[in-house]
Amino acid sequence: MKSVAENYRYIGKAMPRMDGQEIVTGKTAFLDDLKFHNLLIGKVLRSPHPHAMIKRIDTSKAEQLKGVKAIITHETAPDWKGGLPPIRLLDRKVRYVGDVVALIAAETERIADQAKRLINVEYEILPAVFDDYEAMKPGAIQLYDDLPGNILPLGSDEISGATWATEIVTGDVEKGFAEADAIIEGGFAYDNIPNPISIESPAAVALWEEPDKVTLWVSNHKVWNNKRLLSPIFGDKVQIRIIGGACGGSYGAKAMSWQVQCYAAALSKATGQPVKVIFSKEEQLGCFILRPATRLNAKVGMQKDGTVTAVAGSWLVGTGYYSRTTQIQIAVGCGEAMIAVRCNNWNVKPSIVCTNRNASGIVRGFGGQELKCALIPLLSLAMEKLSLDPFEVLKKNFVKPGDGYFWRNAAWYNYRGIDYSRAMDEGAKTFGWKEKWKGWLKPTAVEGTKHIGVGVGVHGNADVGEDMSEAYVRIDNDGRVVVISGLTEHGTGQRSNVVKAVAEVLQLPLEFISITPGDTLVTPVEWGPAGSRGTYAILGAAISAADDAKKKLFQLAAPMLGTDNFEDLETADGIIWLKSDPEKRIDWKKVLKFRTVIGHGRFDEDFSLSNCMMSFVELQVDTETGKIDLLRVVNATDVGKVIDPHGLEGQLNGCLGSAGIDSAIFEETILDPTTGCILNTNLIDYKWRTSAELPVIENVVLETPIDSHRFHALGIGEISTSPGPSAVLMAASNAIGQWLHEYPVTPERVLKTLGKSMEKKQGGSL
Amino acid sequence: MTRQEKKFSGSALEGKHHINLTVNGQLYELAIGTGAGKVNPSDTLSFTLRETLGLTGTKVSCDSGACGGCTVIMDGRAVLSCMLLSIECDEKEITTIEGLKNPKTGELDPLQQSFIDHTAFQCGFCTPGMIMSSKALLNDNPSPTEEEVKEALSGNFCRCISHYQIVRAVMAVSGKGK
Ligand code: FES
Ligand code: FES
Repeated sequence: MKSVAENYRYIGKAMPRMDGQEIVTGKTAFLDDLKFHNLLIGKVLRSPHPHAMIKRIDTSKAEQLKGVKAIITHETAPDWKGGLPPIRLLDRKVRYVGDVVALIAAETERIADQAKRLINVEYEILPAVFDDYEAMKPGAIQLYDDLPGNILPLGSDEISGATWATEIVTGDVEKGFAEADAIIEGGFAYDNIPNPISIESPAAVALWEEPDKVTLWVSNHKVWNNKRLLSPIFGDKVQIRIIGGACGGSYGAKAMSWQVQCYAAALSKATGQPVKVIFSKEEQLGCFILRPATRLNAKVGMQKDGTVTAVAGSWLVGTGYYSRTTQIQIAVGCGEAMIAVRCNNWNVKPSIVCTNRNASGIVRGFGGQELKCALIPLLSLAMEKLSLDPFEVLKKNFVKPGDGYFWRNAAWYNYRGIDYSRAMDEGAKTFGWKEKWKGWLKPTAVEGTKHIGVGVGVHGNADVGEDMSEAYVRIDNDGRVVVISGLTEHGTGQRSNVVKAVAEVLQLPLEFISITPGDTLVTPVEWGPAGSRGTYAILGAAISAADDAKKKLFQLAAPMLGTDNFEDLETADGIIWLKSDPEKRIDWKKVLKFRTVIGHGRFDEDFSLSNCMMSFVELQVDTETGKIDLLRVVNATDVGKVIDPHGLEGQLNGCLGSAGIDSAIFEETILDPTTGCILNTNLIDYKWRTSAELPVIENVVLETPIDSHRFHALGIGEISTSPGPSAVLMAASNAIGQWLHEYPVTPERVLKTLGKSMEKKQGGSL
Repeated sequence: MTRQEKKFSGSALEGKHHINLTVNGQLYELAIGTGAGKVNPSDTLSFTLRETLGLTGTKVSCDSGACGGCTVIMDGRAVLSCMLLSIECDEKEITTIEGLKNPKTGELDPLQQSFIDHTAFQCGFCTPGMIMSSKALLNDNPSPTEEEVKEALSGNFCRCISHYQIVRAVMAVSGKGK
C-alpha cells in the first residue's frame, strides 16, 4: 500500500458538481418535471381500517365520471405479488391503515380524487394487532393464513434466492460469561419507527405497450435493482426498461418503490397511456417505508479491561405488515454488530414479526443502526458496572486488521482494512472527550436546570463492497469520452465522482467527459448506491473501465509510435507519447480516426473491508422542561482518500436528518395503538430539524490509504446517521444522572425518568 | 384535497375573466376557467407556475405550507406558492428560480454561483426553495448575520442536511449587496 500522498489532478479536490448549474437554476428535471404526451394521473384509494376484508367494492359511479380512464380493484388487478409473505398488489384483505383498495387513472388529479370519493367499499372489519410482542403470542390475530404467530422466516428473500445470515452464533457463551467480570442482562428498544422522508415523494411514471413491454421512469437511485425486483413480478415475458433521473433524496427507502411502480404499470396496462403516480406527503408518511422496530433482550459479559466475553439474547424486529428486505437487514445488522464488538462468544437470535402497520424496510443504517441503538446501551450498563470509559471500550472493540466477522451471507471474512483507532483518537481530541467525560451518569456541567452530558457511539459496515457494478468507458473519435453507467444521482455527487475518476485515469479535462443517464436499455448492470458502496464499488468499476479503454487505445497507438512496449506509453489531454522519447507523440483523434474504443469494468463483491464512523455528542437537558438541545457533534472517520470534500461533508452532516441522530431526540412515527392510524402524517406533526436549531458539527476525516482501488478510498455516507442515536441516549442519561431506555428522549420521558410527570390537566380540551 | 386544489372564498375577482401575472419580468394574461392554459379558481400558484406556465423549477413537496420547497418571491417577499391561489395573485410580480439569472448575459445570480461554489446541496430538490428564501432575505437585508440567515431558512425542509453548506453559501454573498 502506498503511504505517500499521490498528486492527483481531480481526486480530493473541491470542484463544482457536474449538475450544479442545473440544480441552482431549477433546470434539473425530477420525475414530476418530466413531460409526457397523453399523461394520466394515477391515485390510490386506501383503507381506513387496519385489518379488514373487502366484502364489496362498487366502482360504477366513479367509472362514469368524465375523465376517469381506469379503476383497478383486487377483483380486476393483475396477479402481481411481491415481498414476504408474497402479497398481491391489490388484495381482498387489507392489513394496515392506508393499505391499497383501488387504483384510479384519470385525465387530471382533480378528477382522480373525485373518483376516489365515489368508490363505495364495504368492509368486514377484523381485529388488528399493532404490538410486536402481542402479535407473537398464542392466539394472536393472524395477518396471513399461512404465517403462524405472524413470524416471518429468516435467511432468504423471495427474489434473489440468496442465503442470508439468520443469527450470530459462534464460540461458547457460557464459557464467555464464566470469564466475565460483569454480567448485565436487560433490554433496550429502538422502536419509534422514524421515517427518512425524502423531500421528493416516491413516484413513478409507467408506459405499458401491449403485449409485454413496459417502460418506467423512476425517482430513485437503483434503476437496475428496480428491474430486478419487477422482473419476477411481471414475469419473464415482459420486457422492462427503467429510466432513472435526478432523485430528490432516498436515504435507502426509495429502493423499495416496487409498489408505486406497479401501480403506475397496472394503470398504464389498463389504459394504454402513460400514467404517473406520485405519493402525497401524507401517503409517504403513512404508507411508505419506515425503519424496522428493534427490541433487544440480551445478556452481555465484560471484563475489567473492556473485553466483551459474551453476548447472548434475542433480537425482535417488527417489520409492519410485510417485509421486502428485513431478512437482509437482520443479516447485515448481525455482521455490523460483530464489526463493532470484537467478541468470541455470541448467541444472538433474531426474529421478524408482522403487525397491522405500514411496512418497514430499507433506511440508511440498514439493520445495523437499529441493533446498535439497543446493543450499545446494553454494553454501556456493563461499562458502568466496571467504571469503564465508553470511548476506550468502543475503540478497543472495533474490528482490527486480522480480526474477522460473519457477514450477511453467513460467510466468514478476514478483515483486511485499516485500524480506525487513530481516527477515533483524533475525534476524541477534537471533541475534548477526556475533559468532558466525568464518569457514568455524571453530567459534564450543571448550571441551574441545564445539565450538559456527553456520549459516544460507533458504527461500521462491510457493505462498502457489496454486490456488482459495471461500466463502459467509450472513447470517441473526437477525443471525447462517454461513461456508460446505470448510476443515477441521489445527492451524494457520485455521478460527478465517476467522471472525476475517469478523468483522473485518462488525464482528460472534465468537460471532455460525459455520463449517460441511468437507463437499463443503454447501460450495463449497476447495483446502484447503497451501503456506501459508491466509492469502492461504483468508482472501482469505472476505474477499471477507463483502464481497459486506455489499454485498447494504447494498443492502437503503439504501432503508430513505433513501439510494442505499452509500458512506455503515457497519455494526458488527448495526446499519447513515449516516456522514453516524449517528442514522439500522437493525438487520440489520429489514433482513432473512424473508430471508438470501449473499455469494460466490473466490480465483484468484497466484504473484507469495513468503513467506520464514531460520533461524539454533547447536549443539554433542561431538567425543568425535559427539553434536549443538541449542542455539538463530532464525527470521526478515516476514508482512505477523500474523493470529493464538499460531497463528503454534506454526507457526514447528514447524520442529523433522515431518521438519524434526531430519531433519538424528537423524530418518531406515532402509531395510535387503538386505531392503528399514524397520527403524524404531515411535515408539521412529524418533527424535523430546522436551520434555526443546528448544532455545531465538526467532521474529523483522516486519509490512511485503504486497500480498495487505486485511489485507496472507501465510502462512508450511508452510515453517518448510525452512531449518533445511541450516543444521544448515553449523553442524555449522563446529563440527568439516570438511565434512559427509550427513543426518542422526549421531554415527557426525561421528566418521567426524573420522577416529575408532566402536568396533566384533566377533562380539558386540547 | 388535491395537489392543485385549495378552497376559493375570495370575491374580489368576481366578474373578472382573467388575471395578470408578471413572472420573471414577463406578463401573462391568464383566462379564468377550466381547460388548458387557463387558471381554475382552485389552482394554486405552484400549480399555475409548474403546469400552466411550465416553470418546473419551483418544487412542490408537502403541498401544504410546511416545507418551503415551493418558495417564490412575490412583490419582493418570499411566499409559499402552494398556499396561494393563483387568482389571489392577480397583478402580482413573481420571481421564480428561473428568473434569477441575468436575462441579458445569462450570468448566474451571485447567490446561485455561491450555491455551486459551496456545493450547498445534495439531492438538490430543496435548492430552488432555499435559494428563493435566501434571495428574499438578501433583498430585504443585504448583509444578514449567520443567525438571520438560519432564521430566514428555518421554514425550508432539507432532509439531506445541506444547511451548513447553504448558510455558508449565503454568508459568502452577505454584505456584497451594500
Ligand atoms: S410545497 Fe409548499 S410549503 Fe411544501
Ligand atoms: S439537498 Fe436534499 S433536501 Fe436539501
